[in-house]
Amino acid sequence: MSDKKEFDRDSISNTLIVAIGLSLICSVIVSSAAIVLKPVQQRNEELFRKQIILDVAGLMEPGADIDSLFASIETRTVDLESGAYVEDADPEAMVAIPDEQDIAGIGQRPRYVDVYLVKDEGRINQLILPVYGKGLWSTMLGYLSMDPDGNTIRGLRFYSHAETPGLGDQIDKEAWRAQWDGKLVYGDGDEPQIRVIKGQVPDGAPNAEYMIDGLSGATLTANGVTYLVRYWTGSHGFGPYLANYREGNSDE
Amino acid sequence: MSEARTILIDPLVDNNPITLQMLGICSALAVTTSLLPALLMCVALTSVAALAGAAISALRHRIPNNIRIIVHMTIIASLVILVDQLLKAYAFETSKQLSVFVGLIITNCIVLGRAEAFAMKNGVVLSFLDGLGNGLGYSLILIAVATVRELFGAGSLLGYPILKLASDGGWYEANGLMLLPPSAFFIIGLMIWGIRTWRTQQVEKPDYQIHEVHRTEVY
Repeated sequence: MSDKKEFDRDSISNTLIVAIGLSLICSVIVSSAAIVLKPVQQRNEELFRKQIILDVAGLMEPGADIDSLFASIETRTVDLESGAYVEDADPEAMVAIPDEQDIAGIGQRPRYVDVYLVKDEGRINQLILPVYGKGLWSTMLGYLSMDPDGNTIRGLRFYSHAETPGLGDQIDKEAWRAQWDGKLVYGDGDEPQIRVIKGQVPDGAPNAEYMIDGLSGATLTANGVTYLVRYWTGSHGFGPYLANYREGNSDE
Repeated sequence: MSEARTILIDPLVDNNPITLQMLGICSALAVTTSLLPALLMCVALTSVAALAGAAISALRHRIPNNIRIIVHMTIIASLVILVDQLLKAYAFETSKQLSVFVGLIITNCIVLGRAEAFAMKNGVVLSFLDGLGNGLGYSLILIAVATVRELFGAGSLLGYPILKLASDGGWYEANGLMLLPPSAFFIIGLMIWGIRTWRTQQVEKPDYQIHEVHRTEVY
C-alpha cells in the first residue's frame, strides 16, 4: 500500500495518461464493435425492407422465411424519364425536381429507381413502387403497391417515418391502410386524383374511389401522404411508367 | 459473502433505485408501454451498470479526481454504444422501438450514481455486484410497470392477446391512458405507496413539523 501512497493520481502526467489511454482503448472497442457487427445490422435492415415489400404485397406470412418468400419477387430498374425498364443504370444519377412539381418536398430524386414485380405463374400481378415525401415532422418512406392496370392501388405501407405518436403514426394502422386497397389513382386524364380527405368518406359520395378517410388530429401528415402519392404517381414520378401499363404497351 | 449478498439483494426493494432513490424515472416512463422493449431495456441497463461498475472500480486508483466524471462518462458511453450495436444486430425489431432510449442510458442517473458512489470506493467484484443489483432493482420496477401498462393498455402481454379487445370483437375496452407516459407516473406512485406501507422504514421524516401555536407562546 505504501507504493500507492506515493503515486500521485492527480498529477498532470497521470491525468494525461488516463485521458489519452482511456480514449484510445474506448475508441478501439467502439469502432471494432461497429465494424464487426455492421454486416449483421445491414442484413437486418435489408430483411426489414423486404418484409415491408412482402407486407404491402400481401404475401407476408408470420414466421415464414423472408428470403424464400422474396424469391418470387422480381427487382427491376425503371428509368423515370421514359418509364421503361433499363439494365445497368447508374444508381447515383439524381434529378432536381422543379419547385412547382415538388409537392412532396423532397428536392431531388434518383433518375433510376428499383421497382418490385410480384408475379403469379409468370404474369405480373402487382407493381411495388418506392415512394417518399415530407410529412409533418419527417420524411416518410414507404412502398405503394399497384395493380398492373397502372391505376388501381393495392396497398400503401410506410417503413420509416417520425410522425406524431398517436396522431400522425396512424398511417401505420391496419384499419387505415386497408382502405387503400382498390382505390384508383387517375381519372380521365394523367393527373393523379387520389387524396386523403378531411373526415370520413361519406357513403355513396361521388368519386369515393379517389378518396381515403382523413386522420383526425393529423391533417398535415395526411396531406403529406396525399402529396407524396400524387408526386410519385404524377408525370414527374412514375407517371410515364404507369401510363405504359394503363395503355397496355409495357414491354413486359 | 454475506456482504456481497446484501449488495446484490438490497437494491431490489429496500434500496430500490427507482422507488426509493427516484432515479432513472425518465426511461421508466418512456419504454414501459409494452413488455418486450422494457425487458430489453432492463438487460441493456443492467449489463451497462454491472460492467461500468467493474471497469471503473478496476481503474479507481488511477482515475484522477478532477476528470473522474468525464472518465466515468467515457467508459459508460463506450459500453452503451457497444450494447446499442449488439441490439441493432441481434434484436433489430425491438431496438427500433427503444430508439433513442438505449443511447440515453449514458445519462442514466443510476449508472453514473453507482459509479461515483460505489465503484470509486470498492473492489471490482463488489462493484460488479452492486451494478448488477441496482440494474435488477430497476428491472423489477420496469417489468412491473410494463406488465400493467401493456395488459390494460393493449390487452396483451409480450404481444400475445390476454384480454380480448373490443375493437377485435372481444369485451375489453383498452385503456388508452395506459399507453401514455403519465400512466407510468401513476403506477410508479402507487408502487411507492405500496412499498412504503409494507416497509415503513422507507417513509421519510417530514422536513417540517407543523407546530401548534398556543396563545401563551406568542409573546
